[in-house]
Amino acid sequence: MGELVMSEADVSTVPTLSPPLWLLAELTYRCPLHCVFCYNPVDFARHTDELSTDEWLRVLREGRAMGAVQCGFSGGEPLLRDDLEVLVAEARQLGYYTNLITSGIGLTETRAARLKAAGLDHIQLSFQDSTREINDLVTRTTTFGLKQQVAQIIESNGWPMVINVVIHRLNIEHIGRIIEMAADLGAEYLELANTQYYSWAHVNRDQLLPTREQLIRAEEETDRWRAKLGDKMRIFFVSPDYHEAKPKKCMNGWGNVFLTVTPDGTALPCHTARMLPGLTFPNVKDMNLKEIWFDSEGFNHYRGTGWMKEPCASCDDKEKDLGGCRCQAFLLSQDPDAADPVCPKSPHHQIVQDIVAGADSRAASGGDAAAPWGTEQNVHPLVFRGPKESLGLLSKP
Amino acid sequence: MSQESIDLSRRPQLGGGFRLQWEPAQNCHVLLYPEGMVKLNQSAGEILTRCNAERSIADIVSDLEQAFQASGLSDEVVAFLNLAKEQKWVSWS
Repeated sequence: MGELVMSEADVSTVPTLSPPLWLLAELTYRCPLHCVFCYNPVDFARHTDELSTDEWLRVLREGRAMGAVQCGFSGGEPLLRDDLEVLVAEARQLGYYTNLITSGIGLTETRAARLKAAGLDHIQLSFQDSTREINDLVTRTTTFGLKQQVAQIIESNGWPMVINVVIHRLNIEHIGRIIEMAADLGAEYLELANTQYYSWAHVNRDQLLPTREQLIRAEEETDRWRAKLGDKMRIFFVSPDYHEAKPKKCMNGWGNVFLTVTPDGTALPCHTARMLPGLTFPNVKDMNLKEIWFDSEGFNHYRGTGWMKEPCASCDDKEKDLGGCRCQAFLLSQDPDAADPVCPKSPHHQIVQDIVAGADSRAASGGDAAAPWGTEQNVHPLVFRGPKESLGLLSKP
Repeated sequence: MSQESIDLSRRPQLGGGFRLQWEPAQNCHVLLYPEGMVKLNQSAGEILTRCNAERSIADIVSDLEQAFQASGLSDEVVAFLNLAKEQKWVSWS
């Protein structure tokens, strides 16, 4: 799934707590793919409950009544829910702009026609690479040809063509060909989202993190294509936090714009927040969305700047970046209240520098940075996202 | 594109993938597009609600001048539509 962006002027100047603008409905954790960078929680196999159709319909109504305007259906693979058309139709009728965030697996002509009739506004289709080899390897499937067909189905239904590609060390050298592929498919928007290291991507970080040099080359190549394509296709290049050395205003502020509901009904300020220790998040089965958004401890905990410790508390940029990402702080420093370690002012910043330097030195010693995994020394094999692997990782942090 | 070069007989319509609606919670018109939203000020909202592929730019101007009992709105409307076209919020052939 891509980064979900609202233009900044919409949200940054509001003095009082506003309702969410974005409702992200993660309909299921089930997925036919096994992507090594999946952002679903590594323990997803422990959360197999899924809200019923009626429960989702209630969530959609409550969100819209509060003023949410964007509704995303994601997963896992949302097309695995047979009631997707029912949910889309209700969301559209309520006045949401409806976004389906999908791998495309399961989007047949018939299903597409039903979604079109339901009023679906937009499909964001993910691609893994420009090559069959890498697509099939990182997903542990044979789905490359299928995705090309799905792109044609999207185009023939008149939906805007929006393509998202997660970028990492195994495909970053192909970035020019990826852009060319997207242009050939008629994409209007292409998001080149460098992997951020949470969940499964965090488990596989050593194999996925590109070198600094690779990243610079990829940005240069992207700029060349931007110049070549003009305004035919807009390309968003999302830099990885580790290399940026600049904390991001994660989710545009905790509990500020986004409300995610997980398959089992847990409401979260972002889709990975469940990993944070010491916080409890409410379930939509027990509380309505309004109470959840305005009153719950989970949503209030990291709102604003009152929770901060040094160096954030006295930092001039604290309103600008809100201390960065809480999940990243926890994953890298084991302290969810710490400054995001990607910030050079963080006392844990050396950890990030060491990780990036590690990617550079592995590339230097291993020769070809795009070498297939398993050929490098001192790196565990890639862990593919799947129920068995999920349960196997439960004993680890 | 300079303002003089705009042909006032063009009939603008909302760009593909964009949707315009009134949001009570925001108390304004908003333009929705894949995964995003633009909040519109009153004049932008009034102009875009009239972009229906049937009215020409000249029609839109005179309609607005009538609705708001104003005159000389042409420059402002043309300037906004130029910007809107650049952003792909509207298109015309």
